[in-house]
Amino acid sequence: MTTTSEPQQLQLTAGDQMVRPSSSLGMLARPRGDTGWRSWLFTVDHKRIGILYGAAALIFLVVGGVEALLIRLQLAAPGGRVLSEDAYNQVFTMHGVTMVFLVIMPLAAAFSNFLLPLQIGARDVAFPRLNAFSFWCFLFGGIFLNTSWMLGGAPDGGWFGYAPNSGLVFSPSHGMDFYALGLQITGIASLVSAINLIVTVLNMRTKGMSLWRMPVLSWMLLIVQFLLLFAIPVITVALFLLMFDRLFGANFFNVAAGADPLLWQHLFWIFGHPEVYILILPAFGIMSEVIPTFSRKPLFGYPFMVFSGIAIGFMGWGVWAHHMFTSGVGPISVAAFSLSTMFIAVPTGVKILNWLATMWGGRLQFTTAMLFSIGAVAMFTIGGLSGVTHAIAPADTQQTDTFYIVAHFHYVIFGGSLLGMLSGFYFWWPKAFGYKLNERWGKASFWVLMLGFNLTFGPMHILGLQGMSRRIQSYSADAGFSFWNAMATVGAFVTAIGFLIFIMNIYRSRKAYRSGLLKPVGPDPWDARALEWMTASPVPEHNFDREIVVSRQDEFWHRKWEIKDDGKVVRRARAEDVAHDGSAKGIHLPSPSYWPIILALGLPLLAYGLIFNIWISIIGGLVVLGAIYGWVLESPDDPEAHDHEEHHSDAVSGNGSGPADVHLPAVADSGADPAAKAL
Amino acid sequence: MTETDTALADPAPEVAQEQAPQGHAEEAVAVQEVGGTTTGISHNKLMMWLFLGSECLLFGALISTYMFAKSRLPEGEIGPLDVFDIPFTSVSSFVLLMSSLTMVLALSAMNRGNERGFRIWITATSLLGGTFVAGQVYEFTVFYNHGLGYTTNIFGSAFYTLTGFHGVHVSIGIVMLMSLLMMNLRGSLGPDRAERVELIGLYWHFVDIVWILIFTIIYLFPQ
Repeated sequence: MTTTSEPQQLQLTAGDQMVRPSSSLGMLARPRGDTGWRSWLFTVDHKRIGILYGAAALIFLVVGGVEALLIRLQLAAPGGRVLSEDAYNQVFTMHGVTMVFLVIMPLAAAFSNFLLPLQIGARDVAFPRLNAFSFWCFLFGGIFLNTSWMLGGAPDGGWFGYAPNSGLVFSPSHGMDFYALGLQITGIASLVSAINLIVTVLNMRTKGMSLWRMPVLSWMLLIVQFLLLFAIPVITVALFLLMFDRLFGANFFNVAAGADPLLWQHLFWIFGHPEVYILILPAFGIMSEVIPTFSRKPLFGYPFMVFSGIAIGFMGWGVWAHHMFTSGVGPISVAAFSLSTMFIAVPTGVKILNWLATMWGGRLQFTTAMLFSIGAVAMFTIGGLSGVTHAIAPADTQQTDTFYIVAHFHYVIFGGSLLGMLSGFYFWWPKAFGYKLNERWGKASFWVLMLGFNLTFGPMHILGLQGMSRRIQSYSADAGFSFWNAMATVGAFVTAIGFLIFIMNIYRSRKAYRSGLLKPVGPDPWDARALEWMTASPVPEHNFDREIVVSRQDEFWHRKWEIKDDGKVVRRARAEDVAHDGSAKGIHLPSPSYWPIILALGLPLLAYGLIFNIWISIIGGLVVLGAIYGWVLESPDDPEAHDHEEHHSDAVSGNGSGPADVHLPAVADSGADPAAKAL
Repeated sequence: MTETDTALADPAPEVAQEQAPQGHAEEAVAVQEVGGTTTGISHNKLMMWLFLGSECLLFGALISTYMFAKSRLPEGEIGPLDVFDIPFTSVSSFVLLMSSLTMVLALSAMNRGNERGFRIWITATSLLGGTFVAGQVYEFTVFYNHGLGYTTNIFGSAFYTLTGFHGVHVSIGIVMLMSLLMMNLRGSLGPDRAERVELIGLYWHFVDIVWILIFTIIYLFPQ
């Protein structure tokens, strides 16, 4: 976008009212309003969608957490009687599915939706309505999966759903149908969101924001979207095959007809291993934002961080068979995948060393966000090291299917991803809501979580090496597993208390803020570095008042601070003076829409119909068709402007670096002379 | 408040305009906004390319599944050699490939502002695509009458799933082509929005290319 030659970019001059288009189809008034439940249900604002993702993920975290506690209660003592074998299968399957697909992935989506457009200086994502659709699709898919509890039993074949074990013969309940169809729906959400965000990052960076000036978080999220783009279709095929087998009697996994069980394993893990990096890379990005901020230093080795992220993205496609060392893939495959798995530890190690080097010599501030990030680095390192032991195939054949594996992936996913995300919560909470979470409660929750987490999963290393199998609902008293299992159960409840403190913190801080006890924060409470801090907190609907012109990495920081020739850093301007105050008026924004949520609502109906009664499918199909029809006929924005009408998407072809209808004011903020704006 | 800032030397802001850190100065040149977006490619076109990239993996997984399944078909069961009719499928493949040609002609006509030509060629593309799908339906019927049902054996399941997925893609393509035609007849699609035709064209060519792969791998090497 140039600042001079495109008059239509400046839709309205400052001082006008915020424009709200009036209707969509004529017969159906367009949703409007900035407050109330409608403003959330029909929103297309990337920040609100990000918050919705975060809230939904936290609710699913509670669901998955309760399932985890049930598992630990069952295993607390030998011969547990809390859950039957069948119920245990369902609970551990749903725990895994919930935590992977309904907690960590949407948490990453929350951060990418909220932060990506802000970090690249954009007004919104490229396709705002598709963005809303992604969220509702994920939410309804998640609810659909969880309704299986009440409709004949939850999935019971593990989150990996190995066929033929997940076929009709061994899993006759509807559970695995819910699994196949529910993950298909959340897969659509991820795929649409991935395409949307890649287009956003590639096409909507503000002036001067080259790829090599993007914050590391933006980079990691971009890499994750590419991983999703290519991994989701593979699991889609696997789930289709499973569904066709179960519902229509196909023979893909019918061993009696000659099928090979390895087919599922290959398809699943070709998706499943990139999925591991889909879970961890967003947390890596968050840590790369938090650690420099609280070390008062720039990130050490920015290009190394980015390149190692890219390397992980590529190499993540070449290690999947290390999940299958004991499945008989043959010695050459085992050797090759063993090597590639060891190699992928290198870029990961580079990242860890870079975080340490960032902290080295820094003036560390141990805020809650920083503590969580440091904790995540430490815990992920432990998990990474046990991961390297899996890469050694002979060792892995001993570890496979034992609690050692459970310990490993909880250290990386809980200790790495989830702690990283929690760090992000504390870090960006003021940006999203305008007030900080309580630091004392935050630190309490951190230490309780660390204690509980290590008490739960540390002993599982020992249990696993002693030979305790995972996915078995009971063990005998003379197996020697009793003590550490009891410890792990205690740890699980301590962890639960840690999360409870976190949720209490949200509740209390919010209450304090509402009653005026907690002061609203300024735009930049942490003296941070990336562009999202360069606007008011909470972020106004239009993000930035003016287009920002970027001339280097950490543009915002450099506008606040100046480095003298002797290395001294002196303040150039106050954050309040550099940051936009969000007062711009009359900025044209994409309008809310009914269709994303209606379209998403049709998909679970389609899925229920396939399981129970084809008539429900027909209703769902009609809802989907009607919603697509409405979507296409509804202009993404102003109904008067016919050039915004779009056939199958909601962006205008070719012009405007904003979303279809998002226009930045022509006044650019190059920050060339911040002192002029300072006092 | 001071800070030790070693990794990033901070030049005066005026100088910094052209100076990207860490030796990526050439990147500063790369960020030129051609055509309004950072890359110069429209949002919609980028979306279509990304979607097609994703589709590559979808068909890649389906074709791999087919190869895997076919190789494990037990002796004596009805297999590819028993049912394939290469001359017939060659003709329908030719029909589909010709539809790519008419698609190009439709786009070219639209770009030149020849809306009548566009309507003719887009109709031709839809008809050729429809002929292909009809041929597929006919082929499926013949195979079924030969005793190859969807659940008959592992080859049947894999064959119908792969070609069925492709057939659904062609059908969706036809719906989109017809939508373009309707939009043009209603007056909402003119040469100023030829890019939409181009986007649907990209999809259409992709589906054709996938068929070339399927025809070669599945039909021409049935062993």
